[in-house]
Amino acid sequence: MSGKQNNPVLDRRAVMRLGLAGGAAAVAMPAMAGADTVPPIASKARIVIAGAGAAGLAAANRLVKRLAGASITLIDARKAHYYQPGFTLIAAGLRPASYSVSTTREWLPDGVELIEEAVTEFDPAGNRVVTASGKSVDYDYLIVATGMVLDYAAIEGMDVARIGTNGLGSVYAGPEAAEATWRAMSAFAEKGGVGLFSRPATEMKCAGAPLKYTFLTDDSLRRRGMRDRAKLIYSAHNKALFSVPIVSEKVRMLFRDRGVEMRYDSVLTGIDPDRRIARYQTPRGVVEEGYDFINVIPPMRAPQSVRNSPLPWQEGPFAADGWMEVDKATLRHKRFPNIFGVGDVAGVPKGKTAASVKWQVPVAVDHLVGDIAGKPSRAVYGGYTSCPLITRYGRAMLVEFDYDNNLMPSFPGVIAPLEELWATWVLKTVALKPTYLTMLRGIA
Amino acid sequence: MQELDLSVLFAVALEVLGAAFWILLLLALAAVGTFAYTLWRERTLSARRLVLSEGLGLIGSLLALWIVARFTLSGFTDAGGPIDWILVGAIWFAGLLGTTMLSYGVLGLLGRVKAR
Repeated sequence: MSGKQNNPVLDRRAVMRLGLAGGAAAVAMPAMAGADTVPPIASKARIVIAGAGAAGLAAANRLVKRLAGASITLIDARKAHYYQPGFTLIAAGLRPASYSVSTTREWLPDGVELIEEAVTEFDPAGNRVVTASGKSVDYDYLIVATGMVLDYAAIEGMDVARIGTNGLGSVYAGPEAAEATWRAMSAFAEKGGVGLFSRPATEMKCAGAPLKYTFLTDDSLRRRGMRDRAKLIYSAHNKALFSVPIVSEKVRMLFRDRGVEMRYDSVLTGIDPDRRIARYQTPRGVVEEGYDFINVIPPMRAPQSVRNSPLPWQEGPFAADGWMEVDKATLRHKRFPNIFGVGDVAGVPKGKTAASVKWQVPVAVDHLVGDIAGKPSRAVYGGYTSCPLITRYGRAMLVEFDYDNNLMPSFPGVIAPLEELWATWVLKTVALKPTYLTMLRGIA
Repeated sequence: MQELDLSVLFAVALEVLGAAFWILLLLALAAVGTFAYTLWRERTLSARRLVLSEGLGLIGSLLALWIVARFTLSGFTDAGGPIDWILVGAIWFAGLLGTTMLSYGVLGLLGRVKAR
């Protein structure tokens, strides 16, 4: 080949070397990606999982991988599966209601039976549960993952059918309610007026969500140039805005920066949807507040079937609302060793979030499998909870912490925990649901 | 997050992107492949083709930012802290590099803008 220069950018040997390197990498990838290489344990154990939500499905998918031959039964009446972290995005007008809706069945692993009824009775002494049709289901091990109930009846005058009308919002009530809340909030952002936000005095799922919606409403008003025609009031149920002190202080400063008025020791107890008046219980008595928009978040408690059983704490702060008496590190029931409680129903100091489920379920499953195998597990759940706290459209703070209120950043040095970042917003809008779905499948 | 498992990361990435994962992978391989092949075949870099590719690369860099903004429901004033700017820069650069390499490679394959 005459005429070619003598200083080629790439000669044949360089290309060969590059090709070999690429080929070696391609072979190494599957080796790195090798999933659990632990062979499943043979067992004839009967495991019942009460509740087929995030925790129940994740547990079922993990157990199926860890055990061979065991009988695993999920019990849940609801056919729909809700991706609850999506409710805030729906209520922000960024996703349709369908974003959060799938079916329980599509996440069911092969080899697991699903009884599409509710558990109405727990009989720990008899090692059985009873379903709505009276069917008795025996077990060797029980995982209680029923989740919790929203006690709207505790707010006098509240009517969930009217969510979306006359300034009445309630993001928690479901995907359609979240969408209706968006319409009401958007209408409020066009006109201005008084916006009321609060959280219940009970334990609740995602203690950050009440704050997120306050921030989103504030930003909606700003984007329409209506912020100075509105007054936003956030009522905290105690003397802090968040249970983690360093985060509470950060939120306080952000609210101050956004001009959100803060009230403390103030709990929503009643509402008049026609006259748009909310009633709060405060140390000074009952206070009435007129509103143009309100985001109602009801008190939350364990389901009736759990409350009626011996499963809840008998004393202490979790007793009144029926949260399950489990060891906070292992999620094992303190009085019935063959029962575990995971997810929202567990009576533990922190962690009613999807992220908590992600870390609780492998620990509980490991202890259950350890019992079966005769090799006690040493897995520990440290209370890890995560909350991508949206502070405006396009930014969020990645708040992660444990039982001791220590910040536990997943990306230390890269994603600062108390900083409003676009990167965290991206995680929330793009990575959270896929991670959640991977968790349901027992992989993440 | 306690351990960052590679297989878990891969599973999540696949879930995030869906079919786009394979499309992006294909595009990346095409960019590297056609660029390397053209380079190897001609033994040298064509300055004219490179400049044209870089021009297209610039358009690609802005397109990459726009695509990511749409996909993540973001605006263009959302960048806050340092990591955000690093992310924006990385996306911009990836768009630039990928588009430049793919343009050069494809232009080379098509025989346009011959080497001087």
